[in-house]
Amino acid sequence: MTAPFDPRPPTEHQFLLDGRPVPFTEGQTILQAARAAGLYIPSLCWDPRFAPHGSCKLCVVKAAGRHVSACATQAREGWEVESSTPEINDMRRGLLQMLFVSGEHFCPGCEKSGHCKLQALGYEFEMLGPRFPHFHPQRPVDASHPELVLDLTRCVLCELCVRASREVDHTDVFGVEGRGIHKRLVVNAPSGQLADTPIAATDLAARICPVGAILPKGRGFAVPIGERPYDRATIRAPIPGEEDTP
Amino acid sequence: MSLELETAAQRDTLRRVAIDPVSRVEGHGKVTLLLDEAGHVREARLHIVEFRGFEAFIEGRPYWEVPVMVQRLCGICPVSHHLAAAKALDGIAGGAPVPPVADKLRRLMHYGQIMQSHALHFYHLASPDLLFGFEAPPATRNIAGLAAAYPHVARQGVMLRRFGQEIIQATSGKRIHGTGAIPGGMNRHLSPQDQASLRAQADQAVSWSQEAVALAAHLSCSQPLLYREFGQVRSPLLSLVRADGALDFYDGTLRLRDADGRILHEGLDPARYQDYLVEEVKPWSYMKFPYFAALGPQRGWYKVGPLARVQNCDFIPSPLAEHARQAFIAQGDGSIQHGALAYHWARMIEMLHAAEVVRDLLDDPALQEGAILHQGGPHQREGISAIEAPRGTLLHHYRVGEDDLVSHCNLIVSTTHNNQAMNEAIRQVALRYLDGRSLTEGLLNHIEVAIRAFDPCLSCATHALGQMPLVVELQDASGALLERKLRT
Repeated sequence: MTAPFDPRPPTEHQFLLDGRPVPFTEGQTILQAARAAGLYIPSLCWDPRFAPHGSCKLCVVKAAGRHVSACATQAREGWEVESSTPEINDMRRGLLQMLFVSGEHFCPGCEKSGHCKLQALGYEFEMLGPRFPHFHPQRPVDASHPELVLDLTRCVLCELCVRASREVDHTDVFGVEGRGIHKRLVVNAPSGQLADTPIAATDLAARICPVGAILPKGRGFAVPIGERPYDRATIRAPIPGEEDTP
Repeated sequence: MSLELETAAQRDTLRRVAIDPVSRVEGHGKVTLLLDEAGHVREARLHIVEFRGFEAFIEGRPYWEVPVMVQRLCGICPVSHHLAAAKALDGIAGGAPVPPVADKLRRLMHYGQIMQSHALHFYHLASPDLLFGFEAPPATRNIAGLAAAYPHVARQGVMLRRFGQEIIQATSGKRIHGTGAIPGGMNRHLSPQDQASLRAQADQAVSWSQEAVALAAHLSCSQPLLYREFGQVRSPLLSLVRADGALDFYDGTLRLRDADGRILHEGLDPARYQDYLVEEVKPWSYMKFPYFAALGPQRGWYKVGPLARVQNCDFIPSPLAEHARQAFIAQGDGSIQHGALAYHWARMIEMLHAAEVVRDLLDDPALQEGAILHQGGPHQREGISAIEAPRGTLLHHYRVGEDDLVSHCNLIVSTTHNNQAMNEAIRQVALRYLDGRSLTEGLLNHIEVAIRAFDPCLSCATHALGQMPLVVELQDASGALLERKLRT
């Protein structure tokens, strides 16, 4: 018996994301396939230049009856994946609220405002308040470096800087120590200060922070309101000129 | 007048009346009165009871954050803090002086701010008292009552404020808490669309401001005794003036004039404020009490704000406002006016001046192009600036470490300069209107009227639509509640 005609290349498969067909090739994750198809699954710690990290959990979807990280789960033929459902979006909002209260994310006074993925996700998922008590962590600002400032109260532990410094810059400037609630970003130097590392402002590790934890010195609020990336587009849509970044 | 009313003898034997809170925004304030058995006022204090602590949490932050962060001090005049911080930090960023276009854009933002703040205060806050009377029913003594009785006046107030806010938005990106000024200059030009739109409204704004001056003058002249004597506090006057003696809200040197009009100090460099100003701390208020060191705490306190500025300058550098200033001076027979209610007329003269300056700036095509940021100069480690905020002289002082983090911050805001004067005004009003009498809402409002005339943050920022929420408790010497009045 002859199989019905299928226009897709023989290696391409398909799953359903919120009822919409998404083609994928063998080995692609749900998140990769969705983004390639122009469909949005949120993420904070995912970057196509690095292996999946699965720490922010914002990309969690429901597939085959289980909650899985879309960034770390390979797509399967015929799966019916749920992502933008009230239940899952409510959980995402809760995750964002936990991220906000675990650090000092005072958007009105932060120069990353309008450029910040955490803030943009807060808007995207209609986060209206913090919901949980603030931790108000006491972490000193490291301004020892002549070109960079590190504000650890804003770190969301996505480890993008860790991966960038290790895999792209090959400097191993950043690391993570501790577990659970005590987990924190550290600078790989005996002094613990950025000034005593080889990091430069041009390094990917210095530029990849999705929030306002690693910033170039002196830039501040140089970009006017109305011209900041997330003034021009939501995080759901690619930012003009930055289509190749997550 | 009555520094002796600051602290009564045998305080424990006196009845205490507390007005708490006086307001809800920009720091809670309360008024306490201590009365003897015959109901005579023995002590009157305006307390600022909320600790804000901005100076402490600015320290340790990168300096380039400060102009945006520090403006959160205020919801009504954030532009003043935004610009004062930027001015103080220009030299630290290696950007002093800023390019001429940036200077004009900052001035445009600032004069727009003066307009919106003065309009808000006069029309929304003060005019219900002035038009309906201090003891008019609270149900009508508010902006809604104003809109019903004087719709033309209320509409002008709303539109003037909106115009000022539109200027702020065009120059900073938002009507409130924008980001236009950065150390070394500005981050945006004025767009051609915004300039055309604002210029099209500017003549009307000037015209309405003239009507506002006429209304304030009419109110003052219709009750000359009340306007001369209510909350009258004789004191020196402090403000910035331009090098030629002109009124200038954005820059200049400080001039101190005594209560009779003689210039005591001229050309004082704001950067050396610590050489001549002392901030006294009193245990009953979180707000400091500044005074001129050379005059001492008893005689060295002063008034700031519109009443000080209009009488301290030699002239106002715009024709309509200067004409209005001369009428104001003539009404006082050339002598310095110290009545709290005289602030209102002076404030409207300033609004007219701001409208004229805004109109003229909007004729300048240079606002749309050219350099607006300079950061190539030497980086200083300390910066001090002064600006004339709507409520008076505002000083910002920062020191920055080698790591670019703020190591020291001191702010002397307008309301702080007026602290002693406001306390003296409520003492005068308490003695004149409350002494020996039982409390009524209308009598209490007299105290608010006196405070409100200064347009302090603790009053103006509440904008409680005509009346502040008040709880007044009358207790006997043992603390037992005798009488309680609640107004919400």
